[in-house]
Amino acid sequence: MFSFVVRRLAVAIPTILVLVIVSFALMFSAPGGPFNSERPLPPAVLANITAKYGLDQPYWRQITTYIWNIVAHFDFGPSFKYKDRSVADIIGAGFPVTLTYGFWSFLIAVIVGVALGVVAAIRQNTWIDYLAVGISVGAQALPNFVLAPMLVLLFTLWLGWLPGGGWNGGEWQYLVMPVIALSTSYMASIARITRSSMLEVMTAGFIRTARAKGVPMHRIIWKHALKLAMLPVLSFLGPAFVLMITGSVVVDVYFSTGGIGLYFVNSAFNRDYSVMMGITILIGVLTIVFNLVVDVLYAWIDPKIRY
Amino acid sequence: MVYPDKVVMAGVAGAALLAPVKGRSLWSDAARRYSQNKAAVVSLVVLIAICLFAFFGNFFAAWSNEEIDWARMGNIASTGAPSFENGHYFGLDDLGRDLFARTVQGTRISLLVGLVGAGVAVVVGTLYGATSGYFGGRTDQIMMRIVDILMSIPFMFVLILMLVMFGRSITMLFIGIGLISWLDMSRIVRGQTLTIKNKEFVEAAVATGVRPMRIIMRHIVPNLLGIVVVYATLLIPGLIITESFISFLGLGVQEPATSLGALISKGASQMQYGVIWQLLFPLFFFVVTLFAFFFVGDGLRDALDPKDR
Repeated sequence: MFSFVVRRLAVAIPTILVLVIVSFALMFSAPGGPFNSERPLPPAVLANITAKYGLDQPYWRQITTYIWNIVAHFDFGPSFKYKDRSVADIIGAGFPVTLTYGFWSFLIAVIVGVALGVVAAIRQNTWIDYLAVGISVGAQALPNFVLAPMLVLLFTLWLGWLPGGGWNGGEWQYLVMPVIALSTSYMASIARITRSSMLEVMTAGFIRTARAKGVPMHRIIWKHALKLAMLPVLSFLGPAFVLMITGSVVVDVYFSTGGIGLYFVNSAFNRDYSVMMGITILIGVLTIVFNLVVDVLYAWIDPKIRY
Repeated sequence: MVYPDKVVMAGVAGAALLAPVKGRSLWSDAARRYSQNKAAVVSLVVLIAICLFAFFGNFFAAWSNEEIDWARMGNIASTGAPSFENGHYFGLDDLGRDLFARTVQGTRISLLVGLVGAGVAVVVGTLYGATSGYFGGRTDQIMMRIVDILMSIPFMFVLILMLVMFGRSITMLFIGIGLISWLDMSRIVRGQTLTIKNKEFVEAAVATGVRPMRIIMRHIVPNLLGIVVVYATLLIPGLIITESFISFLGLGVQEPATSLGALISKGASQMQYGVIWQLLFPLFFFVVTLFAFFFVGDGLRDALDPKDR
């Protein structure tokens, strides 16, 4: 087990390094800098500014300083656009918001998805099964940027129940639509995966034995089937997490919730490279760590995995 | 066994007189299985219709996608609604352009993104995966580790980073999407190659001294085609979603070019002004295209992938 974790770390760390180096190289080689403007700055001023931000240093020097600052001080450097804020400030402001609705979305996607999948599998070929399958097929073609306007259309413009955007400290009315928009397609995928793996497990020999012994159905599902059927779901959680973080960009932009996605897109329009890089690296690291956790969990639960 | 009708009717004696019974290839078998899947057949028809719409729809448009209807642009909410009389079948967009022509243009770009991305995936992914799987051992490990590393990077962010650094253009979007699209394909192809490379015909080729790259191209890749076609079809909707996602944020395709994602974004930002058709038409084409690809892909998988039968 220990050596498995170490081996996975041995992959995770180079991955993070590749991400940092590539995005840094992109920034370094990009045509036009953050200080290019309509009215060119006098050369002396430009030289001073570049020196202040350390942009006159050679590539390897810049990147080592950059990495060192992140590792040692969680300092992603200053924002090029907003002179009074550092990248860490911006992440600090946006990340809690993203985390809040991301957490709820994740929770709802898993709970509702698993429940829907299990029910569909147990009542196979009944209306509830068809409903579950229908939902999961339909949700595939409704990515969050399609769902978000439809939700606003329904809940805000037609019914007038919910505010069309904003955050307001995370009150529940402001949470509902972001969470639905973000979680629906993953809920659908989880339901589909659960259904098919549950169907497979329910035909296994040990389930038949349990039924023959007269174990009640709910106990069979909870005690015997669910644990095994959850393994494919668990391995889906890694990619789902990545996609959800990506999806949060749309939620932030569309509902103006003020998460990091909004800052990311704004800085993309402003060519604020340091903010973009900071967010990309942070999300990359989170993704890799999360994948690592899922893998370790998987290996821990499934005795058949060699490690 | 099901014999062709002719043979059964002619009887045993007559069978000998008939021309040799026509053999059934993998592809004709697959075509037969595909045609039995109703959803897949309907989707294929829908998909062809959408392609025709995207590439020839302009011939039916009364207005071009760049023309501004000055007479109506001042009051789009009341005069710009879809109507056959004034030739704006889908109404006007927020700048007074014909939404029908815009939707044609957007659907075309979205389809192109999907097709180009899938093309890259097919070429690069197949070669990469087949090479990795065929050589095996250390080469395989290193090549697949690279794919692992690339896959665990949140690509949407890097893609946006690239688009910002090198300018937002369709070319850059194509390059960016091409960079990601082959990863999954290479994994699938590698897995399939691992089983193919132990077959006798590959052994025979090795024994007669055929060079490795030639074995891959002539003996392994043709046997991969079925699975490659299936996954390429299933990949296209994902790529269309990726492109639309970026265009929705305003970072992808730039005016005056457009894509379904950009149109949906525009429509979504305008919907409180009573111009709901600006959202609904692009949305309809987007959703229908995705559904069609999903079902065609599913049908192809059932028809071509022997594993799931």
